Amino acid sequence: MTEYSQLNHQFVVELHGITKRFPGVVANHDIELLVRPGTIHAIVGENGAGKSTLMKTLYGMHQPDEGTITVNGSLVQFKTPTDAIAEGIGMVHQHFMLADNLTITENIILGDEPVDSRGRINFKKARERIETLMKSLGATFDPNTNVSELGVGQRQRVEILKVLYRGAKILILDEPTAVLVPQEVDELFITLKRLVTDGATVIFISHKLDEVLAYCDEITVIRQGTTVARTTPSQVNRRSLAELMVGSDLPDPSGRETKVGTDVRLQVTGLNLAGEIVGAKLALEDINIAVHSGEIVGIAGVEGNGQFELCESILGLRSILSGSISICGQELSHTETRDRINMGLSYIPFDRHREGLLLDAPLWENTFLGREENQSLTSGPFISRNKIEADSRSIINRFGVLTPSEQVPAFALSGGNQQKLVVGREMASDPKVLLAAHPTRGVDVGAQAAIWDELRHARDNGLGVLLISADLEELIGLSDRILVMFDGRVTAHLDPATATPEMLGTFMTGEVQGDDQ
Amino acid sequence: MKSQRLQRMAVTSASSLLAVFVALCICAVILLITGKDPIEAYRTLFGAAGDTKVLQGALNRATPLMISASAVAIGFKMNLFNIGVEGQMRVSLLATAVAGAAIHLPAPLHVLFCLIVAMATGALWAAFAGWLKVKRGVNEVISTIMLNFVALSLVAWAFDSFFRVESTTGSLLVKTKELPTSAWFPDIVDRRLNGMFFVAVLVLILFYVLVWKTKFGFQLRASGANPGASRVTGVNPKRMIMISMLLSGALAGLVGMRSLLGDVHAYQNNLAEQQGFNGIAVALLGRNHPLGIFISALLFGYLGEASGRLQLIDIPKEITTIMTGIIVLAVVIINEAVKRWDDRRIQHKAALALEVVAVAA
Repeated sequence: MTEYSQLNHQFVVELHGITKRFPGVVANHDIELLVRPGTIHAIVGENGAGKSTLMKTLYGMHQPDEGTITVNGSLVQFKTPTDAIAEGIGMVHQHFMLADNLTITENIILGDEPVDSRGRINFKKARERIETLMKSLGATFDPNTNVSELGVGQRQRVEILKVLYRGAKILILDEPTAVLVPQEVDELFITLKRLVTDGATVIFISHKLDEVLAYCDEITVIRQGTTVARTTPSQVNRRSLAELMVGSDLPDPSGRETKVGTDVRLQVTGLNLAGEIVGAKLALEDINIAVHSGEIVGIAGVEGNGQFELCESILGLRSILSGSISICGQELSHTETRDRINMGLSYIPFDRHREGLLLDAPLWENTFLGREENQSLTSGPFISRNKIEADSRSIINRFGVLTPSEQVPAFALSGGNQQKLVVGREMASDPKVLLAAHPTRGVDVGAQAAIWDELRHARDNGLGVLLISADLEELIGLSDRILVMFDGRVTAHLDPATATPEMLGTFMTGEVQGDDQ
Repeated sequence: MKSQRLQRMAVTSASSLLAVFVALCICAVILLITGKDPIEAYRTLFGAAGDTKVLQGALNRATPLMISASAVAIGFKMNLFNIGVEGQMRVSLLATAVAGAAIHLPAPLHVLFCLIVAMATGALWAAFAGWLKVKRGVNEVISTIMLNFVALSLVAWAFDSFFRVESTTGSLLVKTKELPTSAWFPDIVDRRLNGMFFVAVLVLILFYVLVWKTKFGFQLRASGANPGASRVTGVNPKRMIMISMLLSGALAGLVGMRSLLGDVHAYQNNLAEQQGFNGIAVALLGRNHPLGIFISALLFGYLGEASGRLQLIDIPKEITTIMTGIIVLAVVIINEAVKRWDDRRIQHKAALALEVVAVAA
């Protein structure tokens, strides 16, 4: 074993022939992964390609059915994450696992507290160790602050510290940039570069190609559960990398044959919404938007700049300060949410799990949700279960939701199929106006193409769509006009024919304001 | 695809049956340790089923349990844990005893009047907890427990200060003024089974129809399952919390009516004691479903009624109390384990079915 390890120090982590089966699905097969020490190694792939399964294997959260794992030249078997930690592997999860009401120090040492001979926690020793680690990371916060006072980027830094504190030399980061704004992404990579210079190795999971190409040293592409390519940023460009991920030509969101109608479907005029804290700045300030029939109006913006509040205001879930909202010319700023829905407003929510689905309920209940006023599905105060089930089946068929039947609970479906179900439900009642928030977030390419088709089809039939998306290509491809939201205001009107993702990016960070037309 | 529904029902029932079986086994061990013969004990306990008197008594005991379990279950459907059924029941018992004795009406109307007073006062007391949750964000578990203590003390004080009537027969037991016979809920069948049993069955049927068959029930369940998703469809979660607390409280008000209108005909301390709390256990074992509640209430009622027989063979009847306690614990543990297993099974099946689709395509 020793000879082997000396020979093979070229790679710090080696996976060969890893196969992991789950009941009914092969999540990973024949995975080959080679990671050089002191590099940032990206693992890219679509949602559902098997990236997370692979990382869980490497972190000992489950055992592979076939294949070998070699760390630092020696063959290992991880029964639990503790075994992986002992080998110097640390994982920074996508969803932070921090206790808000504890300090940074307390969070970091939690579960690994240095104790003195009488069993008391030696905070002094802990703090010294943490301060050294912080210096190497270039982090500047006070380790005695409560985690609740930290921003997202800082919390992530604490998660990294937690892993380093346990002696990790190989860090796995699971989609770390999904929750960050662009500036924080830059800071994160500066931190990671420092770590790598100090001799650590970073395995970086992502599906954002720009950052992968900009910051990583090597790239492994994973598609449909297996590794299909190992390359470096100099050998590929954005498009070729994307095609490696997808395995075929990319679907294209653009294309339309019909013209935008003339009648206004959704009109928002002078909308002001108070902030969460009394006296603080407005959450929405003087918003003016008009969506015509057969038109898709895109809203670009970094998440948290008022898009969510805008949707809630239009839906009537928040009481606005001033301004008016109308659908098809009918003023409704003082009506209930139910009335607005009955007038033809539909909503694909930001987060399908939090606001879109009843996960434990069967699909037929999920397709019925929010449509209790639909006369063809009810009789008087009673629900007509047979009709609802038939309606559910037709939604499932029309939108290509892959499921054995409408009796299956929603949690059993994959993310893409769940999203198709939500989109299908919202389209099923032939709405006049659709608020679509991230309609294709976290779905596979097939589902994305299907959802885009449906949106285009409905638009051609006169639907007015307000499209909120973080996928800039989706925005540029689908929209007839693009508005940029920053800090609760509409700061720019752009023409998708001339807009590029880079250009949108500069508007979204608030560096530039105004119109390009 | 009806088979899938049947499967889920079978899995749910099986897990409850398993819990009862496990509890019987554990109690057998306890009996063995205390030097008693478990086989003889169970033979005596379940042998009593041949006796119609015991069966009628079991139905009488099951009556309040069905209603209190429904009160708990309707809260559960909205993700509310109303532990205050006992307190709501107590408030309505005294209020109904006092109001019912104060007026005179023809028989059916008088009974109806009493039931309405009971439901209204129970709902009112539960509304406190609902209001606290909606307006101040107070967890209903805490507030209903606290309100139980308040109710017990308040009712005891009010009874002792204003409403007690000294017994004319020289008995030491103090009661409120007796209800006129027009307010008595009649016994049926050999004058042993109280008619409130049928009211309880009606409550279960109405509960089923309301929660599973109406638009309102769908919104209630949806709001309990995912308040966020219901909110964006225009269902106000706060309103739903308030309504389900009121419904739960109204049912809680009915719990003590078998004892009050069908048995004692006046309020006294200890009247219908524990029937509210026991409903929680029945609802858990019955998985918050009317049919499950019906069967569980019969089981608990039977155990309570037949336990007296155990004393004849020198086994303390408290063994049945221990048994119900263990059943509840076993239910909670086994349900969770079975749910996890069943979730995996369903996911597996869904994945398999899709593989077949993918291969065919």
